[in-house]
Amino acid sequence: MTRPAEVSAVGRVVLKDGTIVDSRGEQRLDVAMENGVVTEVGIELRGDRLVDARGCVVAPGFVDLHAHLREPGKEEAETIETGSRAGAKGGYTALVAMPNTDPPQDSVAVIDFVREQGKRAGLLEVVPSGCITLGRQGEALAPLAELAAAGVRLFTDDGSGVQNELLMRRAMEYARGLGVTLAQHCEVTSLTKGAVMNECQCCTSLGLPGWPSIAEELMVFRDIELARLTGARVHFLHLSTARSVELVRAAKRDGLPITAEVTPHHLSLDDTRLTSFDTVFKVNPPLRSLGDIAALRAGVRDGTIDALATDHAPHPRRDKELSLDQAPPGMLGLETALGVALGVLDVDLVHLVRIMSTQPAAIAGISDRHGRDIEVGAPANVVVFDPDLSWTVSPDSLSSKSRNTPYVGMTLRGKVRHTFFNGVATVLDGDAQR
Amino acid sequence: MRLTRQENQVSNMVMSADDVRRAITRIAHEILERQHGPAQLAIVGLQRGGAWLADAITAAIRHIEPSTNVPLGYLDVSMHRDDIGLRPVVPGAISRIDFPVDGATVVLVDDVLYTGRTVRAAMEGINTYGRPRAIQLAVLVDRGHRELPIRPDYVGKNLPTNLVDDVRVASEGVVVTRDGTT
Amino acid sequence: MKHLRSIDELGRDGVVRLLELTTHMVEINSRQVPKVPALRGRTVASLFFEDSTRTRLSFETAAKRLSADTMTFSVSTSSVNKGESLRDTVETITDMGVDAFVVRHKSTGIPWQISDWTDACVVNAGDGWHQHPTQALVDCFTVRQALGRDRFDGLTLTIVGDIKHSRVARSNISAFSMLGANVVLVAPPTLLPPDVSHWPVEVSHRLDEVLHRTDILYMLRLQSERMSQGHVPNLREYAEAFGLDARRVGMLPPGAVLMHPGPMNRGVEMLIDPSTLTNSLIHQQVSNGVSVRMAVLFDLLAGESSASHLAQEAS
Repeated sequence: MTRPAEVSAVGRVVLKDGTIVDSRGEQRLDVAMENGVVTEVGIELRGDRLVDARGCVVAPGFVDLHAHLREPGKEEAETIETGSRAGAKGGYTALVAMPNTDPPQDSVAVIDFVREQGKRAGLLEVVPSGCITLGRQGEALAPLAELAAAGVRLFTDDGSGVQNELLMRRAMEYARGLGVTLAQHCEVTSLTKGAVMNECQCCTSLGLPGWPSIAEELMVFRDIELARLTGARVHFLHLSTARSVELVRAAKRDGLPITAEVTPHHLSLDDTRLTSFDTVFKVNPPLRSLGDIAALRAGVRDGTIDALATDHAPHPRRDKELSLDQAPPGMLGLETALGVALGVLDVDLVHLVRIMSTQPAAIAGISDRHGRDIEVGAPANVVVFDPDLSWTVSPDSLSSKSRNTPYVGMTLRGKVRHTFFNGVATVLDGDAQR
Repeated sequence: MRLTRQENQVSNMVMSADDVRRAITRIAHEILERQHGPAQLAIVGLQRGGAWLADAITAAIRHIEPSTNVPLGYLDVSMHRDDIGLRPVVPGAISRIDFPVDGATVVLVDDVLYTGRTVRAAMEGINTYGRPRAIQLAVLVDRGHRELPIRPDYVGKNLPTNLVDDVRVASEGVVVTRDGTT
Repeated sequence: MKHLRSIDELGRDGVVRLLELTTHMVEINSRQVPKVPALRGRTVASLFFEDSTRTRLSFETAAKRLSADTMTFSVSTSSVNKGESLRDTVETITDMGVDAFVVRHKSTGIPWQISDWTDACVVNAGDGWHQHPTQALVDCFTVRQALGRDRFDGLTLTIVGDIKHSRVARSNISAFSMLGANVVLVAPPTLLPPDVSHWPVEVSHRLDEVLHRTDILYMLRLQSERMSQGHVPNLREYAEAFGLDARRVGMLPPGAVLMHPGPMNRGVEMLIDPSTLTNSLIHQQVSNGVSVRMAVLFDLLAGESSASHLAQEAS
C-alpha cells in the first residue's frame, strides 16, 4: 500500500475493497478518482496510488448544516482553518458556517471573507450562511437579495431566533421570491430568560432556571403556520423536543416545504448530565429528557428529521470554567458526530449517509457537488469510514482548537479513516494531511 | 469479666474486685486528707474510662464525710488531644462541668495512667472552664511508660507493664493480657 | 467524604452524625473559654461572593473556636463577576496552604466546580437557589433541642414562601424528611419550582388550611424583586395570603414552633414581631449557628470524614 504522504500528489487514486453506500444502496466496489472527479467504479481497479478501504464504507463526503467556525471575531476558540480540519477529520467535505460571527455574516464583505478563508485552508468547502436580520438583532431584514446574489442559499439568525412574527413573515415572503431557505433557531426568549438547562425535575432539585420545551415548540408551530401562509422553505435547526418532532411530522404530511435537523448530542445525552455541574453539558437548546431523546430518534428513523447537523460550538477552556449560569452554551461536534450517530441511531448505513450527506447537501443548496452518488463524473468529495472501529475520545487528539466535547473519555464505535475533498486527501489513516 | 484466653495470650487478674474497692476507699481518704484550706474540692472524671471511677470515688468521699459537698463532673478530652490530625477523632460522651472551676481544687480521675497525654489534654480542657487553684490526679492503675512529665497524686496500684500489654480496668477487677510467646 | 456541599450528598447518617457532634460544640461554647485546640494549625478560607455578614462571621467564629486560622475573601461582584479568575483565585489560595474553603456564591454548582480545582475540603455556605446545608443542620438541631426529640416522625414541617428561589427550602426538605418529618410546601404556584412530583412533599396554595396540623412553621423571606418579575402581583396580596399575622399564629396547634432563616421582611411575610411570641425559635436558630458550623469544620478536618483524607496524607 502507498504511504500517506504520497497520496496527496496528482495521479489516479483508487479506494480499494470498500463498500460504496449511497442512494442506490450498498455495493462492494473499488473507486478511482483523478483530477478531482470519480473516474471509474468497478472491481480490481488499478491506479497510481492505492488506498486501503477494506471493511470500510465509501460514501459521499458528509455535509454539516450547522457549524460555528468563530472566525471572524473569536479566533481563540476556533478559526476557519482549524474548524475545517476538525470537519475533515470527521469526514466532512462541506460545512455551513453559522453567521453569528463578529462582524456577523450580514454583508457581502464578510460572506466573501469567510468563503475565501475556507478556500485558503483548502480542507473542505465552507459555505457561509447569511443572517436573516441585520446584525442578528431581530429588528430589520438583512440585505437578503444582495447576499443571495453573493451565493448564499441558507439564512439564519442562529444563536437566536427571530422573535417578531411580522418580521418573520416578511422574511419568509422575501425569501420565497429569492428561492432561498430560512433556517430558524426556535426559542421564544421571553420564556427562557436566564435559563441554564431543560425545565424538568432535575432543574427543580438543582434550583436552576429552566428552559421549557414550549419555548421551542411555540416557535416551531408559528413558523410552520407562517410557512403555510407564505409558501417559504423553512428549515428547523437543532430540534430537541418530542412535540417539535410531532409538529414537523404533521407539517410534512400536509406537504409543506419544511425540513429539520437534530444534533448528535440531543440524540445521546439527557438532562441529568447537568447534575455534575460540568459546563460542557450546557448547550442551547438544552439537553432534554429521555422521552424527548426517544422521539428524536424515532423522528430520524421515520424520515421526519432530514439531517444530522453538529452545531459544532467551540469555546476556549477559560470561558467554560465559569459557573453554570455564566458559562457560554455549546459543545464540539464535528469529530465525534459519526461515532455518536452510529452508536445511538437504529438506521441502516444508507439512511445514515442520507442524513449526514445527501439531504444536508440538498438543504444547503450544494447538491451539485456534495452528497452525490459515487459514480463516474461525480466530484470526488468522498469519505471512507470504518463503522466498526472503536476509539476513545481524547482531548489532545482533537483537531479543533477548543476542547469542550462532552464525550471525553468515552469509547465510540465508528471512525473516519480517509476523507477526500475534490480528489485530494485531507485525512488519511485518521490523520489530517494539511 | 471473664479471663480470656486467646491463642498465645496470657491474662492475669492483678486486682480483684475487692482490691479495687479498697483502693477506691483509700484514695478517697487520701484526697480528703490532702485538703487543707477553704478551696472547694471537685472531682472530674475523664470520659470514658474515668467516669465510673469518679462516681465511685465521689460516693466514697460522701460516705466518709457526709457534710462535705463535693461537686462531680465529667470531661471529654477528645477535642484537646495532641494527636488530632494523625488519626480521626470520634468524641466520646459530652463533657459536663456545671460548677465553678475558678479557685477550686480539681481532682482529675482516670482509670489508667499511661503516656500522660490524656491527662495533659484534660488539664488544658479544665482550663477552658476557669482557673483552678490546683489540679490533682487520681488513677486506679499507673502502668508506666510516661511520655510527658506527669505524675499522679493518688494511685490505686503501680503496675509495670510492657508496651504490648493490654490493661483492662473495671469495678470487677483489673486484668493484664500479654502475648505469651514473648 | 471530604466536603459538605448538599444534604443529599451528606446523607442521613451524616446528618445525624453532625447533629450529635453539635451537642459537643454547644457544651464547648458554654465554657468560660469557649475554645479547643482541635483544628490548631489548620487554615479555613472564606470565599464569599455574596454579601452575608452573619453567615460569614458564624463560620469564622466557628473556625476560631476550634483554634483554626482563618482567611477571608469577600469578593465583590464587580471584580469576579464574570468569574474570570475564579479558578485562579481558588488555586492561588490553595497554594497558600488552605485546608478548607467555605464558599457562598449566587450560582448553583460552584462548590462542585471548586472541588475540581483544589484538594482542600469544600463547605457550601449557599450556592444559588440550590443548597444551604449548614442552615438546614442549624434548623434540625434547633428543633431537636426545642422539642427534645431526635427524630421527627409524626411531625409536620410547613415551609411557606418563595420555595422556587430558596436554597434553604431545598436543604431543609431533604434534611427534615431524612429525620422522618412530613413536609408541606405552601406558596402561590408561581413561587414553586416547575415540577416537585419527585420531592417528598405535599403542596398547598392555602396557608390557612394547613396551619392546624403544622408543628413547625417555617417562613421564608420574599424578596421585593419577585414582584417585578411577575411572580406575585404585589406584596400586599402576598402578605394577605401567605403572611404570618396574629390571627394565623392563633391557628397553630399548642406546642407548635415558628422559624425563619433571616433576614426578615417585615410587613411582607412577617406581619407580627416574632420576639413577642413564646414559640419562636428564631433566636435559637441564630445562636446555634456557630455550634453547628464548628461541628461541620471539625468533622471534615479532624473527625470521621477526614479519615480517608488523612489516610491519603499518610500514604
